[in-house]
Formats: sequence, C-alpha cells, structure tokens
Amino acid sequence: MTLPKDYLGAKMGMWLFLFTEILLFGGLFVLYSVTMQRYPVEFHTASQMLDVTMGTLNTVVLITSSLFAALAVIALQRGDIRRSKIFILLTILLAGVFLADKYMEWGAKIHHGIYPNSPHLTDWPEGQQAFFALYYTMTGLHGIHVVLGMGLLGWVYWLISKGKITPEQHVTLENAGLYWHLVDLIWIYLFPLFYLIT
Amino acid sequence: MTVAPADKGFFAPTGKGFLRSWLFTHDHKRIGMLYLWCILSFFGVGVVLGLLARLEMLTPGATIMGPQTYNAIFTLHGVTMVFLVVIPSIPAAFGNIFLPLQLGAEDVAFPRLNMFSWWLYIIGAAIALTSLFTGGGAPDTGWTFYVPFSAVTTTNVSVAVLGVFILGFSSILTGLNFIVTIHRLRAPGLTWTRLPLFAWGLYATAWIQVLATPILGITALLIVVERVMGMGIFDPAKGGDPILYQHLFWIYSHPAVYIMIVPAMGVISDIIPVFARKNIFGYKTIVGSSLAIAFAGSLVWAHHMFVSGMSDTAVMIFSFLTFVVAVPSAVKVFNWTSTLYKGAIRPEPPLIFALGFIFLFSMGGITGLVLGSAGTDMHVHDTYFVVGHFHYVIFGGTGFGMFAAMHYWFPKITGRMYNKTIATTSAIILIIGMNGLYFPMYLLGLQGMPRRYYDYLPQFTNLQVASTVGSWVTLIGLVLMFSNLARGWKHGQKVGDNPWEAATLEWTLPSPPPTNNFDQEPVVTHGPYDFKHLSPGGTDQ
Repeated sequence: MTLPKDYLGAKMGMWLFLFTEILLFGGLFVLYSVTMQRYPVEFHTASQMLDVTMGTLNTVVLITSSLFAALAVIALQRGDIRRSKIFILLTILLAGVFLADKYMEWGAKIHHGIYPNSPHLTDWPEGQQAFFALYYTMTGLHGIHVVLGMGLLGWVYWLISKGKITPEQHVTLENAGLYWHLVDLIWIYLFPLFYLIT
Repeated sequence: MTVAPADKGFFAPTGKGFLRSWLFTHDHKRIGMLYLWCILSFFGVGVVLGLLARLEMLTPGATIMGPQTYNAIFTLHGVTMVFLVVIPSIPAAFGNIFLPLQLGAEDVAFPRLNMFSWWLYIIGAAIALTSLFTGGGAPDTGWTFYVPFSAVTTTNVSVAVLGVFILGFSSILTGLNFIVTIHRLRAPGLTWTRLPLFAWGLYATAWIQVLATPILGITALLIVVERVMGMGIFDPAKGGDPILYQHLFWIYSHPAVYIMIVPAMGVISDIIPVFARKNIFGYKTIVGSSLAIAFAGSLVWAHHMFVSGMSDTAVMIFSFLTFVVAVPSAVKVFNWTSTLYKGAIRPEPPLIFALGFIFLFSMGGITGLVLGSAGTDMHVHDTYFVVGHFHYVIFGGTGFGMFAAMHYWFPKITGRMYNKTIATTSAIILIIGMNGLYFPMYLLGLQGMPRRYYDYLPQFTNLQVASTVGSWVTLIGLVLMFSNLARGWKHGQKVGDNPWEAATLEWTLPSPPPTNNFDQEPVVTHGPYDFKHLSPGGTDQ
C-alpha cells in the first residue's frame, strides 16, 4: 500500500525543520548578543570596516530572489509550469549573484589580512577580533545555507521537469520555497547586526 | 500453530534480496530492527569500554593501562554510550517499531526520511569511530568536549564532533518524523486522551529532539572551526569566552538527558497497567508531567555550571528551576506506585524490570537534588557522586526502560517467549550489580574523589574495588539476560498475538506483525489501559 500524499503533514514537517534551522542560528545569535554586550565600542569600530553598499546590494538581491521563489509557487499553483520553472531559475541566478557579491566582500577582507587567526587580526583589540570571528562564522554558515538552498531549488526544478511536482502535487516546491525564505530571513537579521550596528 | 511463511511477518523475504530489503527499507519495523541491532552492538562496545575503565580503577596507579589510554577509554565510553546508544535507544528502536502500530498507522509520516535518519546514524557512528584510529589518536576530552582543552588537544576531536553533528541531525529527523506522525496518522477514534503513554512519551521526547539538538549541532561545528581555523570564539585571547561553550553545550545536553529518560518513562507507563491489570492512575497527570519535563527541562542547563563562575543570581535561578523539574518526575513515580496499589499484580519479567527502573531511577533522581542544590553541589561537583548519579538515572533508568521494553515487546517482535525465570533472575542480578557498581561512587564522591582521575589515594581503594566488583556482577546479569533473549528468539515457545493481555493496538496484530501492519484501518473505541474490553484471556490464545 502507498500512503496518500499528506499536504498538511508535509508542511508541518517542513515548519518543524525550519524551527531547527532557526535554533541552529539561534546559538550563534546568543553568542553574538553576549559578545556585543561585552565589547560595544569595538563592535562599532569593526562594523565600520564592512562595506554597507555591498551588504545592501546583497539584501536587495536576496529579497528579490525570495519574491521569485514565491512567484514560482504561485505560477505552479495556477498551472503555469513553464513560468514556474523560469522563476525558479531566476531565484537560483540571484542566489549566485549573492554568493559572488559575498565572495568579493570576503576576498577584499582577506586581501587586507582580516581573516580568522591572521597575524594582522590578532594584533587588534579583542572585541574587534570577536566581531570578525562571529562575522565569518555567521555569514559563512549562512553562505552554506545559500548553497544548500540552490541545490534544493535545482532539485525541485528537476522534479518539475520530470513531472514529479505538478500543479496538483506542489507541496515539495512550496517547502523548497519556505526554505529559501528562511535563508532570506536569516540574512535580514545578519545584515543589520553586522553592517548597520553602531 | 503451523510454521507458514506468514508467521515470519515483516521478517519474511520481500524478493528484493536480503541486504537491499533491509538496508534500503522504508518499513518502520525493519528500520526499528536495524536501529535495535546497531544500538545493542554499540552497547556491547560501550560496556566493554566501561568495564576496562572500571578495571583500571581497581588499584591506585597503573593497573592495566596508562593515563592517556584511560582518558581515551572513558571518553569513548561516554561518546559511544551517549550518542550511539542512549539517545537513539528507545525512540529510534522501539519507537520506530511500535509508534505506528500503537497509532493504527501504516507507517511513520515520512518513511523515506526515516530511512535517511538511519543512514545518517550509521554514517555518524562510522565517522565517530573513525576518529579512534586516525589523526592524533582517540579523543581524550571526555564526552563533554569542553574548551579550551578540546580546542588544543592533539587528539582527533574534530572528526569525533563531526560525527556527533551528523548523529544529531539523525536524531532531529527522527523527532520531526514522530511529531508529524502522531499529529497526522492516528487511527479514527484514537483521540489524544486515548493515546498510549509510550506514544505520549515519544511525543514529548520528539519536541526536545527537535528544539534542543540544533544547539548541539552549532556547538559541534564551532569546535571544528575553532580547531581548523583558529576562529577564537571560545578563546579569551581573541575576545572569546570558554564559558559560552559550556552554556551552549548544556543547552542541548541537559535536555538530552530527558531525550534519554522520557521515552523510558513512557515504556514503564505502558507496562505497569498491563501487569497490574488496572487502568493507569492519573493518565492526564502523566501526560502533563511528560510535557512539563520537556518544557522545564529546557530551562535548567546551567546547573551543570555552578562552579564555573557565573553570577549568584543565575545560580539561584537555575537551582530553583532544577527543583521544579523534579516535581513532574516524582509525579510519575507516585502514579506508577498508585497504579500498582490494589492491582492484580502479575510479576512477569517486564514488570520486574519496570520495578527495577522505578527503584534505580529514584536513587538517581533523589541524588540529583543534592547536585541541583547549589550549596551541596559545591562539595560534590565533578566528583564520583556525579558519575554515580548519572549512571543510576541513565543505566538504571533508560537502560532498564530499554530492557523492560525488550522483554515486554519481545513476543510481539519474535512471536516467541523467552525463559521467564531466567529473565527475572537476570533482572535481579542486574539490580544488585548496578547498586554494587554505582552506590560506592556516591560514597567516593562524598569523600572527595574527583571524576575522570586516573590515579587515587589509597584510602579510596576499598570503595573502588567494590565498584569494580559490582561491574562484574552487572556483566553477569547482562550476559544472562541477552543469552536468554537470544535463546528465546531461536527456541522459545510460540505464543499468540497478545500473551500479556494488553489493550493497545500493537497487540491486535499477529506476532511478528505483517509488513503492511493493519489489513483494515482500526477504529479505537476505548482507552489504552481499558482491559475490560478484551475478550477473556486476551485475543487469539
């Protein structure tokens, strides 16, 4: 016997999984808040060194990609498979733009000798070192999630092409979209905490 | 009874080839059996490591190994037992086999995800075990992986914590699966207040697994980046703080002890009414206490850190909360004993193990209050008292819960019965052995013997010897119990579908249950411990 596809069950499972993702980052947010309490001045100084323009650009890119993910779901629900697939590709494309931007940002920092355990960084005040340790850890983990999200969206694209996700059975695409929104949401918290904090 | 292929139930060949039909099965019963075999194998490894550590402590100084080996042995004992045995034990093995059966469901909500969980478990276990033989040698940090030592030791900590990360992921997915299963797949008529208490225990546990385990994941990852990249988040020289590691670690690892114990409490709650032939006393308070433990247990982590230098206010708050979490545990013990009161008690082996659980768990629980109270904790912190407490709760509690489950559901899984006299004897030997093994640890701790020390003063010798002898008695009990079960599986007398005359849904199925569980979706009309509705003498006997 095969189980009927349980729409509510699948959604519930995904939401639970998203909770676990939030808690995974939650541990890091706790570390961030404790450390920032300890070194408010150093955090301010270190934050000034980040490129707000690049950060803002990435925020816009990621929010737009989230919009495309949502449009992909709506398109599929309305039975427009072709448009749904285009929106998924656009989402993946913008995710790639985000990573490229991130690569340039990290690259510039590393070029200036600001990277974990670098001789340059270890000469700085402790609070600034802590800021960059958290910066690399949290944006790095987020970056890994962006890559995972791209893989997930690519997989969903493949499933739609194979006819495994249809306008009638679209919960997998919806769940992939939810995951992508989470990746977006975490960035929306990371951006002010690192770039705009004063 | 004839030995037709149908009698093999879900063990019957599926026509896909033996290995493939097991390793890539989506059948929750087969996955549960895979977990059971793996868990019992790792349990054997953990027992041997524990026995070796005890043997080393027989005399002061070197007995059979050097200090570095001893450090590695107790670390491996801890990592194996905690992450490979106790955390998955009851939920992954018996939960997988019996939760869908108790719910009247065909399978768990996400059968493929369930298989994936098992694979993650195996991969995580393989990676954790790889750390023993590669790199700079077996980890020597203790299972807690405390920084700064875990960040600087040359032993293979990175690989071990990576294994722990993957094992955590497996645990999360199992919990997630169970929550959705319980919400979505209950049979018609199986309302929340008719849910067997084992299912309730799994439900409360699953929430802890889902909510607490991610913190372990991030903690493990942080150790890896600390070691590989020198990130410095826990390094004071780089603006980090090692105490934050302890907070993060215990935010998971204290709730984790409830992941270990709550399913065992569910097993006991299912067993006691069956052998007292009475409805459970205070069904709703047991349910409430499971949920209360899951909730309050998430708020007590810092009682592991009373001597870490945190503020007195924090110490007071966490001490208070620790006492709060003792209340729901005690509620359960009172409910179990009240269920037995004026019951028509049948002293069958599962009940003996359940009683052993209550006794040993109470021994561990009450000494937990000594540790939860900040004043007395200062004296016994990081001594053998803690080791004794933990083992009474986890080996005496979860371990006995697991043994009770094995003896209770054995006839359902195998269709046969073990030798009851030997089973009862082994239970009694185990209770004696465990007290011999762990009670001296309380005394050693009170006298000031620190845990994890390789050497000790001559004045501790008598108690150390007593404890080591206790470990041998425990071993005898374990060997007797497992050989009896193994013999029962091969040669035991065939029994019917419901030898214990229990009223939960799994006992309405043939033993072993068929691959497709229920031919027709069952309709539940009564509570899980309502024995009046059973046909006389149970069904099919």
